[in-house]
Amino acid sequence: MTSHSAEGHPAHLEHHFVSSEQQFDAAKMGMWLFLVTEILLFSGMFVTYTVFRSWHPEVFAHSAELLDWRMGGINTIVLLASSFTVALAVHFAQKDNMRLVIINLMVTLVFAFLFLVIKYFEYTGKFAHGVFPGAAFDPHGVAGGHNYADYNIPYAAQFFSIYFVMTGIHAFHVIVGIGVIAWITLRVSRGEFSSAYYTPVELTGLYWHLVDIIWIFLFPLLYLI
Amino acid sequence: MAQDETINYLNHDRSLKSWLLTKDHKRIGLMYLGAVSLAFLAGGILALLIRLELLTPGETIMGPDAYNQSFTIHAVLMVFVVLIPAIPAALGNFFLPLQLGARDVAFPRLNLFSFYLYLTGAVIVLSALIVGRIDGGWTFYAPYSERVGDSILFVTTGVFVMGFSSILTGLNFIVTVHKMRTPGLTWNRLPLFVWSIYSTAIVQVLATPVIGITMVLLFLERFLSIGIFDPALGGDPVLFQHFFWFYSHPAVYIMILPAFGIISELIGTFSRHRVSGYTFVALSSVAIAFLGFLVWGHHMFVSGQSAVSSVVFSLLTYLIGIPTGVKVLNWVTTMYRGSISFKTPMIYALIFLFTFSIGGFSGVMVGVLGIDIHLHDTYFIVAHFHYVMMGGTVIAMLGGIHYWWPKMTGRMYNETLGKIAAILVFIGFNLTFFPQFIMGSRGMPRRYYDYLPEFQFMHELSTYGSWILGAALFMILGYMMASLINGKKAPSNPWGALTLEWTHAAALPHPHNFLATPIVVRGPYDYHLAREMFELVPSGDGQHGEVIPGVEASEPDGRPEEA
Repeated sequence: MTSHSAEGHPAHLEHHFVSSEQQFDAAKMGMWLFLVTEILLFSGMFVTYTVFRSWHPEVFAHSAELLDWRMGGINTIVLLASSFTVALAVHFAQKDNMRLVIINLMVTLVFAFLFLVIKYFEYTGKFAHGVFPGAAFDPHGVAGGHNYADYNIPYAAQFFSIYFVMTGIHAFHVIVGIGVIAWITLRVSRGEFSSAYYTPVELTGLYWHLVDIIWIFLFPLLYLI
Repeated sequence: MAQDETINYLNHDRSLKSWLLTKDHKRIGLMYLGAVSLAFLAGGILALLIRLELLTPGETIMGPDAYNQSFTIHAVLMVFVVLIPAIPAALGNFFLPLQLGARDVAFPRLNLFSFYLYLTGAVIVLSALIVGRIDGGWTFYAPYSERVGDSILFVTTGVFVMGFSSILTGLNFIVTVHKMRTPGLTWNRLPLFVWSIYSTAIVQVLATPVIGITMVLLFLERFLSIGIFDPALGGDPVLFQHFFWFYSHPAVYIMILPAFGIISELIGTFSRHRVSGYTFVALSSVAIAFLGFLVWGHHMFVSGQSAVSSVVFSLLTYLIGIPTGVKVLNWVTTMYRGSISFKTPMIYALIFLFTFSIGGFSGVMVGVLGIDIHLHDTYFIVAHFHYVMMGGTVIAMLGGIHYWWPKMTGRMYNETLGKIAAILVFIGFNLTFFPQFIMGSRGMPRRYYDYLPEFQFMHELSTYGSWILGAALFMILGYMMASLINGKKAPSNPWGALTLEWTHAAALPHPHNFLATPIVVRGPYDYHLAREMFELVPSGDGQHGEVIPGVEASEPDGRPEEA
């Protein structure tokens, strides 16, 4: 493709679009559809959770006690805060204040890392007591007022399998989000965006909100009820 | 202008790199067509071998193990590598933007990415053949699929990857239809092919993620024994079937909806008559897409789901017959008082009406709970879905390829050979699959390697039919390839059709599709209006649109010439 430099034809506008508005609308609609597919991807896991919970409600309620609601709660606050900062980044992109866009994206990255660090301690804390997904599930030891061996009951392994799969796939989305936000931050710092064109910043924000929203559902389902 | 006529999407850059890295939806469509045809050839040869094996009871040409593998690979290839991408990704890619008057799909780079995802998925599926045997059928029912050899992992991973390709194509098409329509092309002026591809895309986007997560769970269950599906670990195999069919039943509509779109185009064009009940035909595609999500349980009448669910799923299944019937009746009405010309594509459309109707009616039959208990897992089911998938999708695909061949290649195929081949396809197809209805209703189970002697006559008929069908398909391949070398040069609108790819694009379309942005002032099948109304109204007056790069660069409002 040649570079489009003629008047009234900005560099970011691809040849097959008529106007920047059309390009922006198309990109945004594409992103929303992608988010729909993400929700459907997770819906398979939510259905699995619902089915197994309805069969073994007492096992699920009992096993959930092993999860640390404080850590999960802190992580919820961390993600909500990161959603706020990424929304601020989009806001400042509209206002053409690129310095504040970068700062807010960096703060979002810090929150995202913090989320993963807390998640890491939660996972390793469980692994130390033999709480693994699937066949390796073999709880033992005593910690935090819990005798882990008490949880070696039928279908408790299922609860933890579902816990690890759901939070694991969610964490994978957080990691992808970190990569994308880092890349966008780099592009902002290179001066690629302005209030006239900030579509990638906005789309990244949408994705990050989805990651947040899924966690909002995971937290009460797995930790609280 | 004369200079522009000589530039088309094929000759503007002939290098291999320009094909492999192309973002042109037309080239991507052709590459899909090539890949799909190769897979169809492979799957078809396997089908011929399977039919040959079944010519006589006992061993004819292969042992039971090779037989099990053959039908599994035949099914996996045909379902995931051929039927799902066939019409949307090949013909849809090529013609959706053209029919919308757009220069390309909304996301051309994503389009190319989705093609390579498809290729990657197909290669992963095929590598299963090298790794080991794969024999569980195309449905990967747990727990069997978790306990057999590793090659099943390659198939499920390949399906997962191709699923993403399908999602991205669907996403691209939805946005393209919403955002890329040319001025004047309102929703009630969209060609019916666009409506059907649009409905298909909705299904692709909403259903495919579920098979994605199902494959992930299956994968994790194999490696970590997470106990979701395997009853020995406390899981539920019926849950797997629910997940699988929640995708795979709507996937049937991914295969057949685009076929409906082609048939609407063919019948409209070759009857020179407005497609009657346009709104109903258009919206029935959306209705089928919607209802398609609510009927998956009819695959599981004998799988141990509750009787209440079975009754509900059975009732919902009947409902699918309503929008489908609306389509068939409107197609027939379109021909009434039309000026029908029996060109090859039209013959395929007529064949479709016959074979698809049989497939559809037999589908309502197996939706009846009591009858299904008897017919479940028999050749009746095999015949039913081949009448829909082959008699529907493949016949429509053949009609569509013939119809659009001049626009894709700039050449005309041999009409006489085309008609002979179409009639041979019709005879061969019915001879192959109609006896299977009879066998099935008499109790011949599907997938069996051996059978009782009383079924031999029917199996023989079926095998002879497969030879006629195979020969006809090879004949089509032959004269199509020959047309590339010595076919007559095609005019830009050989059929006198009224959709934009025929009226406003050159015989071989320009790399950017149109020389000037088309402005639409009429419906896609308004054959009753005066001919002059359809003619090209070049824009560039600054009010209705812009001149496309490459033409009339002096236009004050025009875009700069592309190098």
